[in-house]
Amino acid sequence: MSWISLSALWKIVVFGLLAGAGLPAIFAMGLYSLSRGPRVQTAGGGDSGLVGGSVVGMAVAALCFLVVLAAIGWGIYEVYQIGHPAPAK
Amino acid sequence: MSNTFVLVLVVITALGFDFTNGFHDTGNAMATSIATKALSPRVAVGLSGILNLVGAFLSLAVAATIASGLVDTKLVTLTVVAAGLAGGITWNLVTWLFGIPSSSSHALIGGVIGSTIAAAGGHAILWHGLVSKVVLPAVLSPIIAGLVAATGTWLLYRISRSLTEAARGHGFRIGQIGSACMVSLAHGTNDAQKTMGVITLALIVNKTVPAHSNAPFWVILSCALAISIGTYLGGWRVIRTLGKGLVEIESPQGMAAESASAAVILLSSSFGYSLSTTHVATGSIIGSGLGKKGAEVRWNVAGRMATAWVFTLPSAALVGAGAYALAHVIGGTTGVIIDLLILVAVAAFIYLRSRASKVDHNNVNDEWTGSAAPAEPEPEPAAA
Repeated sequence: MSWISLSALWKIVVFGLLAGAGLPAIFAMGLYSLSRGPRVQTAGGGDSGLVGGSVVGMAVAALCFLVVLAAIGWGIYEVYQIGHPAPAK
Repeated sequence: MSNTFVLVLVVITALGFDFTNGFHDTGNAMATSIATKALSPRVAVGLSGILNLVGAFLSLAVAATIASGLVDTKLVTLTVVAAGLAGGITWNLVTWLFGIPSSSSHALIGGVIGSTIAAAGGHAILWHGLVSKVVLPAVLSPIIAGLVAATGTWLLYRISRSLTEAARGHGFRIGQIGSACMVSLAHGTNDAQKTMGVITLALIVNKTVPAHSNAPFWVILSCALAISIGTYLGGWRVIRTLGKGLVEIESPQGMAAESASAAVILLSSSFGYSLSTTHVATGSIIGSGLGKKGAEVRWNVAGRMATAWVFTLPSAALVGAGAYALAHVIGGTTGVIIDLLILVAVAAFIYLRSRASKVDHNNVNDEWTGSAAPAEPEPEPAAA
């Protein structure tokens, strides 16, 4: 019986990095794509310049955001599966 | 008969603890989103409450750890559980009053461990479970969260470097709503579980349910409701303090920190590791500082966190042991009632003290220097 579960540890580090840093990074790529295009931020306007107006950019952005949402949904499903073990050992 | 009475007392006390846990930790998840006006305060606490409720149902692994993995259920009595709860909560409230950061999770576990040792001796503790599922995760989780948050922060700034300041702020504020929601969900999977575990332990001890049982449905539901109502009523004081203190954190850092916390807590929960959500959140915030060039990291906060962590388990254990000794000397149901009356008196005193002194300036600084999470998740007196 070991005091530390290395298999759990590496999973927490690897999946932690993938979900905790990877997904925000994909979200950031979505923001980057979204901001591409001809529209330029106008000083003093209400527009923050987040939406650049490029159709391709917006499509890529939508894809990125979908990937993030899907990954979160899958992750929650997995946690549910693991978190409801059969009672008794 | 008297056993049922004591059992009811234990359940009520545990649910009270759960309520304060939610109450105090709302800020962990939502303070940044409220501060940046990404969400209105009412929407934020409502959302956080609902997600805590969902999270409480999502994974039962941590409840199983607390109920059957830490103490030998054959050697524990209801009085032990009651004394442990009283000890843990008392320690928690007193440290909160004096502004000493301490983890409510560790106080709860420490209290139960202490009263168990006082009642049955060290062999009643499943040391392996305690070290591998509580102590080691407590040490490792903030470090892993910090690593993840630093990586995330670096990536976010790198990827978004061509965006204008306004666009970046706008985009990541939206992202923060998502990551804050995930923190609330993760909070439910870990913190609500601790109370479920303690109630299940009481039920096992009382032979209401067999050993190694999972938490019965009514326990899951009542704990989920207690933490989510606590969250909804919201520690406005904590939220305001956190929001003020967090202005130095930009939205990409906030998002990276919250995502790291949510991921680490959710993963740990699913392995049955009980950890302090606040320690994880603090680790993430420090990581988000390390990941951004020129950002300041508050190492004194990290130092305080570490110190508090070292002391909380043993201190709460001592208070739990004392509470058991008192209940044991008086004996029977009366002993338990006296313990819980003292607890109520301490809570009332602290409530009055906190009303009288409000939040003084030292306190304000103490609380926000921690993180997107308060420096610690000590429960606030319910009505404060």
